[in-house]
Amino acid sequence: MLILTCPYCGVAADETELTPGGEAHLTRETVGADDAAFEGYLFKRENPKGVHFERWRHAYGCGKWFHAARCTVTLEVFGTYPAQTTEPPKDIRDKITAKRPGWSWRDFG
Amino acid sequence: MSDILVKIHRAAPYGMITLRGDLSSTALQKAATDAAGVAFPETGMCVFEGKSGLSWMSPDELLVLMPHDQIQSTLAQIEKALNSTHFLAADVSDARAMFTITGPHWRDVLAKLTPADVHPDSFQQGHFRRTRLAQVPVAFWQSSADTVTLICFRSVADYVEGLLVNAGRAKSNADYF
Repeated sequence: MLILTCPYCGVAADETELTPGGEAHLTRETVGADDAAFEGYLFKRENPKGVHFERWRHAYGCGKWFHAARCTVTLEVFGTYPAQTTEPPKDIRDKITAKRPGWSWRDFG
Repeated sequence: MSDILVKIHRAAPYGMITLRGDLSSTALQKAATDAAGVAFPETGMCVFEGKSGLSWMSPDELLVLMPHDQIQSTLAQIEKALNSTHFLAADVSDARAMFTITGPHWRDVLAKLTPADVHPDSFQQGHFRRTRLAQVPVAFWQSSADTVTLICFRSVADYVEGLLVNAGRAKSNADYF
């Protein structure tokens, strides 16, 4: 069972109170993007064994979207952070580095 | 009846106003506290005095509670106070139903139905928890030592009542808390 703490209301929300929103920090390619970039935006997703960044919505609570960093193998949650960012904040990345040295996810790590 | 573990009461229609806006603005805080006559709630909390109260719903939403006959006057008061600012105040009383669950085992009854942590260490008087009760969204707060008040959408009130009555049967007492 996955329990994520909503960064907006501070509630430790059970997985069933949340709506999954897929991979985090996607760049939305739009008018003017070349085909490869658009294909990447539409179809290319990470499928990591280990550190992963995801979007979640606190659907049965405050209703806000937020980000979560977790391990797909152990379900360990490294941290959650608000949605108003385009990359994982430094404190979250430092926490992951402390627990999973040598991790990488897309261009991070 | 001896089969009943907790008393479940479906409350008469209650006044509820959704107030959305910038909760950090002093104008909105003042309008809300003036309307309800209570202090401004902290994140995830609610404040009650008598029959009026303020509940923190989300970073940009408050629920103002008041007796049913004061809805229009409270709404007018909020609208007057926040005139010319960006906000939303809507009477949602008819969309909601309210239950009170009374008895020393209310935590056992709730814990059967919701994933929320209702242990006395994490859920106490003053906390306002929006969560899920079986399949529907609800919010509840502890209104006295052995009473919890729960609100849900009125369209699912019969379902919620059924859940609570079933979980509140004496023979099904988990007696955990």
